[in-house]
Amino acid sequence: MYKWDFFTVSQSLDLFLNGLLNTFLYTAGSIALGVIIGLIACFARLSNFFILRFAARSYQEIFRCTPLLVQIMWAYYALPLILGITIPNYVAGLVTLSLYVGSFYAEIFRGGINAVDRGQSEAAAATGMSQPQIMRYVILPQAVKKMLPAFINQSVIQVKNTSLLYAISVAELTYMTYVVNGETYRPMESYTIAAVMYFAMLFPLTHFADRFERRMQRSD
Amino acid sequence: MSTATDPIVSVRGLEKDYGSLKVLKGIDLDLNKGDALGIIGPSGSGKSTFIRCLNMMEAPTAGAISVLGKQVGTGFKSKGGMIGIGELRRRVGMVFQHFNLYPHRTVLQNITMGPTIVLKEPVNEATEHAMELLSQVGLAEKRDAYPNHLSGGQKQRVAIARALAMRPDVMLFDEVTSALDPELVGEVLQVIERLVDNGMTMALVTHEMAFAADVANRVIFLDGGHIAESGAPSEVLNAPESDRLKTFLSRFHR
Repeated sequence: MYKWDFFTVSQSLDLFLNGLLNTFLYTAGSIALGVIIGLIACFARLSNFFILRFAARSYQEIFRCTPLLVQIMWAYYALPLILGITIPNYVAGLVTLSLYVGSFYAEIFRGGINAVDRGQSEAAAATGMSQPQIMRYVILPQAVKKMLPAFINQSVIQVKNTSLLYAISVAELTYMTYVVNGETYRPMESYTIAAVMYFAMLFPLTHFADRFERRMQRSD
Repeated sequence: MSTATDPIVSVRGLEKDYGSLKVLKGIDLDLNKGDALGIIGPSGSGKSTFIRCLNMMEAPTAGAISVLGKQVGTGFKSKGGMIGIGELRRRVGMVFQHFNLYPHRTVLQNITMGPTIVLKEPVNEATEHAMELLSQVGLAEKRDAYPNHLSGGQKQRVAIARALAMRPDVMLFDEVTSALDPELVGEVLQVIERLVDNGMTMALVTHEMAFAADVANRVIFLDGGHIAESGAPSEVLNAPESDRLKTFLSRFHR
């Protein structure tokens, strides 16, 4: 029978908390940047210019069709060789995470906008609104409602994806757990604590997402 | 120069193609002040396309449209004596078959949105006007309801009020009763009839022959992208000349 010993590991509680904080910061940062990138890519894909559509589509396919871990390694180890500069791990990590989630967000945003009935933009246009006005006052408010469940879902996945940054030694929760384990030789306790911390962060979020989705369906 | 005798809307040689499909093959038409034009025709005859060209929801392939003596340009903004698409649509209101009310806005907000955003009317002014219009269509008590809680007939009456809120010179009605349950058609037609009585200039695509006979002062029969017959409703609807129109009319019980 395994004998649990949380005491040894709890000596390193500050490392866990530090990792948790970093996980939160990388998540929040990459989601914020991802939203901006996603919006740009989304509107590029909806634009009338072939070049913009092509560029956005290429970006999306590259980031959606390669594993995030490979992207992170590539940005940290390979890209500096091309550019001839060193890229700090936190920059490579944050940028890659943002580009990765942005490619998914773009698709979620585009889906939401396209899901708004065509008659809506026609009705708005018929009152003399310009394209930006139609987008702002009629399409986006309705599209946001349609895209929120998928957006929250993707953001939950993003919290977990930050754990891949351990591979380039970014001090987020998984990496810190790896460090604590290395010092204490207590993998059972270390990784259990990490799992519980992730769970505590994500369970309320998914729960909120479900309730939110049900509320949205009711008001339709 | 615009003069008092200029037609409100004037259409010359209007053509519309979708790829190789020619939907409108050269339409000439004047809409004078106070005209209520009924547009009838079999499905695929181009009547919806025609009315949608009048406010540039569809861009014509060839031909010219003028509003109050000014030709409609292709840009959104008016410039160089040409009227832009934005101004055109402010002057020409449209009501759709499927209402297209904004589901995320209340009835009142549906109506005030155009005037406040496009015409920059102050909110209290727009609200006051909207309430007047809502009373006219008999829905003042629904001001704070959301569209999804209204019946089809009520939705369409709100949609009419929404178009009127822009104080248009012309109203376009594109089969506005076709999506309604039969018992709800009457309340919408009544609202339109009152507009005609008040002298509103309008064009309506309709399958309600009795209604067209009642309120229109002129009827055109579109067939194969042409105006096949036109004239007073008594002539066109009661004494059709062509076999096509006779066959078409025989399908309606009157």
